[in-house]
Amino acid sequence: MNLRRIFLILVPYLWLLALFLVPFGIVLKIALSDIALAIPPYAPTLDITAGWEGIKRFFAGLDFENFVFLTQDDLYWRAYLSSVVIATVSTIATLIVGYPIAYGMACAPRHWQPMLVMLIILPFWTSFLIRVYSWIGILSQEGYLNQLLLWSGLINEPLMIINTNWAVYIGIVYTYLPFMVLPIYATLEKLDGSLLEAAEDLGCSRSSAFWLVTVPLSRPGIIAGSFLVFIPALGEFVIPSLLGGSKTLMIGKVLWEEFFSNRDWPVASTVAIILLLILIIPIILFQRNEQKQREADQ
Amino acid sequence: MGQSNGKQVFAPWENPEEKPIIRFGGVTKRFGDFTAIDDLTLDIYAREFFALLGPSGCGKTTLMRMLAGFESPSAGTIELDGKDIAAVPPNKRAVNMMFQSYALFPHLSVYENIAFGLKRSSMPKADVDGRVGEMLRLTRLEAFARRKPHQISGGQRQRVALARSLAKAPKLLLLDEPMGALDKKLRQDTQFELMDIQEKTGTTFVIVTHDQEEAMTVASRVAVMDHGRIVQVATPDRIYEMPNSVYVADFIGDVNIIKGNAKRLDEAKTEVHWAEGQAPFLGTTNSEVQSGAACFFAIRPEKVAITMDRPKSAANAVSGKVLDIAYLGNISTYHVKLATGEIFKAQMANDRRIARRSFTWDDKVWLSWTDTAGVILAR
Ligand SMILES: Nc1ncnc2c1ncn2[C@@H]1O[C@H](COP(=O)(O)OP(=O)(O)O)[C@@H](O)[C@H]1O
Ligand SMILES: [Mg+2]
Repeated sequence: MNLRRIFLILVPYLWLLALFLVPFGIVLKIALSDIALAIPPYAPTLDITAGWEGIKRFFAGLDFENFVFLTQDDLYWRAYLSSVVIATVSTIATLIVGYPIAYGMACAPRHWQPMLVMLIILPFWTSFLIRVYSWIGILSQEGYLNQLLLWSGLINEPLMIINTNWAVYIGIVYTYLPFMVLPIYATLEKLDGSLLEAAEDLGCSRSSAFWLVTVPLSRPGIIAGSFLVFIPALGEFVIPSLLGGSKTLMIGKVLWEEFFSNRDWPVASTVAIILLLILIIPIILFQRNEQKQREADQ
Repeated sequence: MGQSNGKQVFAPWENPEEKPIIRFGGVTKRFGDFTAIDDLTLDIYAREFFALLGPSGCGKTTLMRMLAGFESPSAGTIELDGKDIAAVPPNKRAVNMMFQSYALFPHLSVYENIAFGLKRSSMPKADVDGRVGEMLRLTRLEAFARRKPHQISGGQRQRVALARSLAKAPKLLLLDEPMGALDKKLRQDTQFELMDIQEKTGTTFVIVTHDQEEAMTVASRVAVMDHGRIVQVATPDRIYEMPNSVYVADFIGDVNIIKGNAKRLDEAKTEVHWAEGQAPFLGTTNSEVQSGAACFFAIRPEKVAITMDRPKSAANAVSGKVLDIAYLGNISTYHVKLATGEIFKAQMANDRRIARRSFTWDDKVWLSWTDTAGVILAR
């Protein structure tokens, strides 16, 4: 094996080590520590100057106390559960909104399509935080949406949207829509139009050809898009903090509060480790889907 | 073809009582200001194996797509079984199409692909099974029923596409360049397979091809198209022997074409004067060609004999020099340059070994043919 190949193989592993394994190791270590009134606010810390004794003392100080604690307070598992529910519902909602958009893009004239893709990713040019803040202006009780609905006479009293789960759903669907649209568009755009003609030729109506041919063939895109929305939505913290109310329970928010309000780094780290473990399942499924898709393309 | 001994010759187009299964009446198809099909009138009869032949872009696929219902004519009518089908959508037509790209559903197995159309009809499940089994046997695909399209070979895929389009027993089967992706050997096998299936099922086939050999092999009649028009419709042998124009003669097989002036001798014979000081060619009178008008004399290379000495009793003879010899295994084509500069092609069967061939480059030879071998064409 020559140097070049070693280098090429090494780079991704170093990347993984530096950006995933090392931070993960640090967080895991904090999760196994105890809270302390110190800087940093946990104990034990590794004292290398004490030599072998120091290392022994360090490992003796680690325990699973925080993991046990998480099972005792129902706040945590309720937050995990509620996060899974919110992430699932928003993923489905994003799919329902995103699929027609992707379909419309794929059906548009060829020369328009690059421009439409541009429009889909255009919101990324503005800070995510600013865009979420602007939703407060739209959804709040005196916001544009309520003003419009009151003016049109559809409602008599302003709707309570902000500070509810509805606002969180709207925020997640809005934020993650491009991640749903783009993979679905990519599969639809590759779809051979003669397959739909063949389906029609064999007796399908337009709509049954859509359900029997278009949807199954865009399945890899639907799966990829759903994971790309579900995985970050599960740990989402900004959207529930800014748009959700006090009743909105999401694990990302709990984690943030443990860190910054409670200054309980060990419990916050434990919450993060368990969140990661929950996410590993969909991440592995996502990888499988990508793998299969690559094999099918060959 | 299939005019085997004892059976009556299949020629419904010669019987004025016969009703065509398809009738194009003055059909025009325009895309924007481009005319893809130009005022086309054509009858196709039940149980025919009808071939559309023409260069790429002449409108063959467009014609098929109008039959299948994916395009509607800009003018004119298309009748199927005597009924105008303009308003019938593709999924309601008793017409199935085998696509140029096969268009097999990649997410479905071979079995499910073939069953696809049947499941859309109200056929009971057990009957669907039976029919698919029948189609799998017909196309010899039983062993591959559970495979996905990407797990079988090109030839097998082509048979799946055929089985799928035949499964619903359509009145009319459209085949758009069905063998475009196959190599020559597989192509020939498939052509015979197609003819066999057509004979077994009695379905009317319309096949599109730009391969003249393929059209000649499979078809009961051939339509030669050019720029959205049909130039000639006839049986393969008539198309070959009696082309109605230089375009058709040139498109189908090899041909020598000499420009000249017609001089009608009588009802049967016409002379073509083609060069100053050269004896005119003698051919059969064509009523379209007026005496004195410019015309073309067309003769197939295999009808031209090549000899060392001037043949004594040939109706047409002309001398020249061997320019080139193309050895094609069973036959050789001689390119002979006439004194006037024209290059003439003559073909001879290689029934002797090559070493004993009687002509070689630069030999002076005589070309000759009978007075019925060539045709005189107006255009
Ligand atoms: N949908 C369409 N829009 C514009 N032009 C078309 C369309 N379909 C076919 N044509 C044109 O019509 C002509 C005939 O095409 P086609 O029927 O596909 O030819 P063939 O199958 O004989 O090669 C071509 O010049 C093609 O460019
Ligand atoms: Mg074509």
